[in-house]
Amino acid sequence: MQNTYPLWKNVVIILTFLVAIIYALPNLYGEDPSVQVSSAGGVAISQEQASQIEAELKNQDTNVKAFEFNNGRVLARFNNTDDQLKAADLLRDKMGSAMTVALNLAPTTPAWLQMLGADAMYLGLDLRGGVHFLLEVDMDAAVKQAEERYNDDVRQALRTAGIHYQSVAKDAEYIKVKLKSADDKPAFMAVLNKDFRTLDVTEPAAQDEVWLQLSEPETNEIKKFAVAQNMTTLRNRVNELGVAEPVIQQQGDNRIMVQLPGVQDTTRAKEILGTTATLEYRLVDVEHDVQKAVEGHVPVGSRLYYEKNGSPILLDRRIIVTGDQIVDASSGMDQDGRAAVFISLNGVGAAKMGKITQANVGRPMAVVFIEYKIDTKIVNGEKVRHKEKVEKVISVATIQGVFSKRFQTTGLDSPQEARNLSLLLRAGALAAPVDIVEERTVGPSLGQDNIDKGMLSFVVGFALVVLFMAVYYKLFGMIANFALAFNVVIVVAILSLLQATLTLPGIAGIILTVGMSVDANVLIFERIKEEMRNGNSPQSSIFAGYDKAFATILDSHFTNLVVAVVLFAFGTGSVKGFAVTLIIGILSSMFTAINGTRMTINWIYGNRRVEKLSI
Amino acid sequence: MFNTNINFIGNRNIFLIFSSILMIVAIGSLAVKGLKMGIDFTGGTLIEVGYQEAADLNALRNTLDQGGFADATVQNFGTAKDVLIRLKLEEGVSSADLSNKVLEAINKDSKMPASLRRVEFVGPQVGDDLAEDGFLALLYSTIAILVYIAWRFEWKFALGAIIATFHDVIVTLGFFSVLGLEFDLTVLAAVLALIGYSLNDTIVIYDRIRESFRQMRNKSTEEIMNISVNVTLSRTIMTSLTVLLVLVSLFFLGGEIIHGFAIVLLFGVFFGTYSSIFIASPAALMLGVSPADLIIPVKEGSDLDLLP
Repeated sequence: MQNTYPLWKNVVIILTFLVAIIYALPNLYGEDPSVQVSSAGGVAISQEQASQIEAELKNQDTNVKAFEFNNGRVLARFNNTDDQLKAADLLRDKMGSAMTVALNLAPTTPAWLQMLGADAMYLGLDLRGGVHFLLEVDMDAAVKQAEERYNDDVRQALRTAGIHYQSVAKDAEYIKVKLKSADDKPAFMAVLNKDFRTLDVTEPAAQDEVWLQLSEPETNEIKKFAVAQNMTTLRNRVNELGVAEPVIQQQGDNRIMVQLPGVQDTTRAKEILGTTATLEYRLVDVEHDVQKAVEGHVPVGSRLYYEKNGSPILLDRRIIVTGDQIVDASSGMDQDGRAAVFISLNGVGAAKMGKITQANVGRPMAVVFIEYKIDTKIVNGEKVRHKEKVEKVISVATIQGVFSKRFQTTGLDSPQEARNLSLLLRAGALAAPVDIVEERTVGPSLGQDNIDKGMLSFVVGFALVVLFMAVYYKLFGMIANFALAFNVVIVVAILSLLQATLTLPGIAGIILTVGMSVDANVLIFERIKEEMRNGNSPQSSIFAGYDKAFATILDSHFTNLVVAVVLFAFGTGSVKGFAVTLIIGILSSMFTAINGTRMTINWIYGNRRVEKLSI
Repeated sequence: MFNTNINFIGNRNIFLIFSSILMIVAIGSLAVKGLKMGIDFTGGTLIEVGYQEAADLNALRNTLDQGGFADATVQNFGTAKDVLIRLKLEEGVSSADLSNKVLEAINKDSKMPASLRRVEFVGPQVGDDLAEDGFLALLYSTIAILVYIAWRFEWKFALGAIIATFHDVIVTLGFFSVLGLEFDLTVLAAVLALIGYSLNDTIVIYDRIRESFRQMRNKSTEEIMNISVNVTLSRTIMTSLTVLLVLVSLFFLGGEIIHGFAIVLLFGVFFGTYSSIFIASPAALMLGVSPADLIIPVKEGSDLDLLP
């Protein structure tokens, strides 16, 4: 009974093969150009709204191929991209800013495969087209902003507690508080102990001074929060842009990766992702002389600003409302045809706005537009992060009557600027400025090119190896070829199951696997030949060939695997894709090239008298 | 087909001299000329645009010159219709939206608008990080392999395998340097894959040497090595051929982006095969490998029976 496999082994191998075929199958189906509609706020779309969208599309003769509604999202499939774009424009018009309309490629995997959880491989940006950004969060700015916030809070706390102070000022290291008299120090220390436990307190020689500093844990907390908050904001902004399947991930301590499949307008994407524009509303200081302030005598309660035309203006130091109190914003035209942003405030903001406007009817109020711009430039061979906070007063208007929750702001340069600003206000502000440190954009034509070329070189490479093996090893070669095909099916099935990203180097990895995975069979077959030369019978040669080659295969594949794993650990982006296919390919080739071929050879030659092997 | 008995080990000096010359040339070129690093490591901007017809590179250069991008380099990429524009990181110029400005400039008054195929912008910080990660990947994979082979075989074999592998990597990098080919992330991935392949080849031969050490007790180390290299020769060549077949397909059909990757592996697999046959075993021999290093300790009792 030489060279037979027990039944269970045959069953396991055949079952693996069948399962692999099922999970690799979705890749044979194509994709439909489609439009995906979801609600902008992240709330699920109701059945009613879905029917409304469907009716909208049917009315307008848009040739909908299929209409699906599940998981609170609507997906409309089309036969071609022209219909898809037409429908997307139509829906954007009809649905307004409440809905996000995104272009998408929806796989046409049949329902029974979807039921089994089978999906096509996830294509990387170099194959489907799109933009990849790596954004670096400016941690120093985040900490600095927090220090400024504490500076104001401490001053406010001193006032509330009725402690007289001479100054509260921030220098490079400390927030320095100088009290009117040293007698108030215990009272101030009590306040610090109660409300500002996150600050480290230093007591300098001067008895009336206390120096404050952010504590180490608080600084770390601020940094962590800055990244987390930025991720949330970026996610909101990306949703506003209308991108299907965006990827937003933290990378390292201070970087955020954003991938936008299918996006081609990189200028707008950069504008939307990178800016930290927000608005502030302040009362105009009409009591003091602006001219004197320009000369350097800025009154204590005020700050000097400049309007768009360059003329100076004094504004109250206290802010009425800031951008984070804005809950909704949309853009449009006011009655005079100027670009305007229509703003809705949250409860706190509305109450404050109501109170201030009530008390100040007839006084002018200013809208300040704030934007952080950062650039990395090289000066004298050193990388210098150049950061600028741009604050300009975009409009000054007299308060005509009391308003609180809803109002409009004009003074923007163009409808485009109004549109971007309203989008940014809706999505929320970035907690700290970000800098684009890496961009990789792939156009859709190149993506398709890469797929075509990858497929062609795979098919040709595969055919060459198959031919070579068949000619050189005859029947055994053909068996190895089946194992090779089996291997490719398993690799594709596992990639599909893991939903690992397939990149162009990933395809190269599969091609390389094809060339390398016959190695195990070459080792075995050469060993069988050698055993035959040494005068052993065909049956025992087969047995000895597999047996002796096994340790070698294990050792040689393992070193290969080690390198692939290291590559995976250190590689980024498309290189990781290469490492993934290599790892899967090496592992599954050991199974197919050893067990798969052995099973077949056992069927053909096992358990009978054999005079000669076709090898 | 290969029932050979070639004296590889006996003639080792010829191959060691040949390899030494190769290494000297490679290291010399790497030291003098260096590697042409791609923007993945240096930072910078790379823009690939496609035209409907063959592109007029001189006109494009002029346009870029006038647009204020004086030191942009322009070249065809793959076909006459595709053009690659490279911009270095520059003093005093913000880089994040450079690509948009360049595209605007070349399409401003061109009758034949170019379509954007690809943009890669790598900031200086990221370039440094990628280079560091690449170096670490090389270092850690070397250490991991050294440990594995030392454990499975013996340290002299581990060192021999590393010597043969480094030989392949240095010769391949030298080849890249001599030809002035661009070294980017994908090429680095190929170099790492090459390390894996070259080791795979070497291990198969070492494995056979180990087996022979245990079986042929009456032969010299040199003889055993020679026999082992000869009996595995057909396997070594067959596997290299199948890998070379797919690489040739990748090189000719895989497109321009994957070229560097295919070249590294084509060249590397060739030299990896050479070094497995001609360098790895002599290296282990010269490090003093002997059957005693690998022989499974024999039980004392059975030892006595062999005595006369």
